[in-house]
Amino acid sequence: MAEEIPKPEELMQIKHRPPKTDWMKTPTNIRKGMYCYASNPKSVAYVDLPNAREWNPMEDDWKLPDNWQEIIHDGFKERLERFRSFKVFMDICVRCGACADKCHYFIGTGDPKNMPVLRAELLRSVYRNDFTRAGKILGKLNGARPMSLDVLKEWWYYLFQCSECRRCSVFCPYGIDTAEITIMGRELLNLIGLNIDWIATPVANCYRTGNHLGIQPHAFKDMLNFFVDDIEDITGVKVEPQYNKKGADILFITPSGDVFADPGTYTCMGYMILFHYLQEKYGFDITWSTYASEGGNFGFFTSHETMKRLNAKMYAEAKRLGVKWILGGECGHMWRVINQYMDTMNGPTNFMEEPVSPITGTKFENAKSTKMVHITEFTADLIKHGKLDLDPSRNNHMKVTYHDSCNTSRGMGIFDEPRYVIQNVCNHFYEMPANTIRENTFCCGSGAGLNAGEDMELRLAGGLPRANAVKYVHDKHGVNMLACICAIDRAALPALMEYWVPEVDVTGIHEMVANALNLPGQNERTTDLRGEDIPGMEGETEVESEEEANE
Amino acid sequence: MLNRCECECTGLSQKKLTILGVLVETELEKLIEREKPTILKKWFDIAIQSYDPDTAKFLSNQKDPFANPVGSSTLKGLQGLLDQLLKDLDRKAVHSYLDPIIRIRAVQAFTPSQATAFILSLKQVLREMLDKKLQDPKMAKAFMSFESKIDRLCLMAFDIYMECKEKIYQISANETRNRTFRTFERAGLLSEKKGDRPKIKKTIN
Repeated sequence: MAEEIPKPEELMQIKHRPPKTDWMKTPTNIRKGMYCYASNPKSVAYVDLPNAREWNPMEDDWKLPDNWQEIIHDGFKERLERFRSFKVFMDICVRCGACADKCHYFIGTGDPKNMPVLRAELLRSVYRNDFTRAGKILGKLNGARPMSLDVLKEWWYYLFQCSECRRCSVFCPYGIDTAEITIMGRELLNLIGLNIDWIATPVANCYRTGNHLGIQPHAFKDMLNFFVDDIEDITGVKVEPQYNKKGADILFITPSGDVFADPGTYTCMGYMILFHYLQEKYGFDITWSTYASEGGNFGFFTSHETMKRLNAKMYAEAKRLGVKWILGGECGHMWRVINQYMDTMNGPTNFMEEPVSPITGTKFENAKSTKMVHITEFTADLIKHGKLDLDPSRNNHMKVTYHDSCNTSRGMGIFDEPRYVIQNVCNHFYEMPANTIRENTFCCGSGAGLNAGEDMELRLAGGLPRANAVKYVHDKHGVNMLACICAIDRAALPALMEYWVPEVDVTGIHEMVANALNLPGQNERTTDLRGEDIPGMEGETEVESEEEANE
Repeated sequence: MLNRCECECTGLSQKKLTILGVLVETELEKLIEREKPTILKKWFDIAIQSYDPDTAKFLSNQKDPFANPVGSSTLKGLQGLLDQLLKDLDRKAVHSYLDPIIRIRAVQAFTPSQATAFILSLKQVLREMLDKKLQDPKMAKAFMSFESKIDRLCLMAFDIYMECKEKIYQISANETRNRTFRTFERAGLLSEKKGDRPKIKKTIN
């Protein structure tokens, strides 16, 4: 600690202006609060990833293999040959700057190396040096530079300051997807053991037990049963979820964050209430799996191979149980993996049917090949056909805005279904400004495995553009609830709100659906799923609820 | 002539002096009021020059508050602060303008002094603008009094900065605590009454 305290003469020198230096000459200063801890060697070894060892980004020696430069070079070459898009993205950027100011990390941190164009240049400069004739001959004149330890450290620092949200790609006239460049960069870093623990350990856990937290099947079931009790306390109805049921019509997979982390747990209760309602009314037959107990896939932030390995359990479990199709919960990157990669990685499947809603008969043609339907599409369809008995006034205490999660919006085009559901279960809905929603949505600042505790300053700075838009609707309309359909959002946005707009809370959409849904045989509903009194509907349980609310 | 007036030599009463002082201060404030757009622009320029030159260009040029929350919050805040300096500093109002700027700078790569130094830069802007007028002792005195208002602003900024930093650590610690609690719970190491399931609760507010 002592050496970190500045001396009086240092304190006297307040520099107002940082020096104007060429970006290649600007040294990388790895700052606390901006990076995540290095991966735990046990987790790295568990999934057979290279160079498992203890290391610390703040130390000079990163304990790299002796031939690390050769490994990076060969890995780069292999990926340029394997992925045509990567090769094209390395070549075609004209550095027009259209993407430069679109990244939430740049907007929030003000660090030019977070401009997507510059983040991509970190790799392109080495690409030019190693793989282009002009780069080899002209060197720096051509924007080329050889790989060095400093460059490597710069890669690691800034590739883990990108949440792969793809907002920059919306504005690129050439369609360059900087997220794919980050994906490739992170793959290369993984080849020499440079990952972060917030990714590596969930990957290992997921591989071993089926979910990020390493929850074993019995504990997973216990947690859901805990919700059964909570639901009974709130609604007077005992829901009966089915587990690992062979021959069920549909398999349900959601991110484990919904099962274990508030406020996602209330969304999870929402799913359970909806399924019970459908079961009672229409004989809906859906099963949870304690093996495919994770929708999220942090392998996506590691390497294609790791992503494929972790994703494989979805189809394997569907096959084992013999279901007709899969319904997926509210998640972000889970859907990017399903929508963009699953079909070619682990599909196509021939043992399931084209998804059809057993209640409305709607064919989900968009999921014809993957056989996996997003729950907001499913619920929107139920509402559209008048299949749900809803009382939106139970959500009257909420003034809601909707945050489009990057992966479901830009990654798969889900824009209107969540809004349709919200507007049918809530009476007060307000949109944030147009340049901050839908395909222009701002990231929560914690995606792609960056929602750890130790990089809080990065998360809060990166989340500023999102929070700024929430603050606007809070000030203008009194918005007090931020809805989203992503488990990482639900885990990350409460911290973001607490710092920037503390009056706003975070919810999943199916929490609000369940608040509004009238269950057959329910008692007088006086509290919402959080056990908090619904204004104007308070009943005799008021005292107990207040105690809970004041915890 | 106001600029020749000194209480000792003229023998003016304390009351008269105060009146004269107020008049000069008013004159200074009028001057600042008249030059407000120029002062604000210079102050804003200095504030954003604490960022990298490329970033400063963006912060200055992008006018959409949702595409550029840092630039727009800074400009709006400085504008409000300048207005407040021309009145009696109302703590609540000052806080509402200062907080958004400092809250942003507290999560960026600034040392505490760098994060708050922009407040003191206003002195530099005003000194350059007033230049020869400050040779007038009365004006100089009025200016000193105005400068101490800026100093108060700076101290308030530092308070807000510390609140923000503490908040960041608190949020981070709470996240870790909640997760640890959950782990213990899942491992069966905690025995609890039904209904006591821990919930993420906001720490303050």
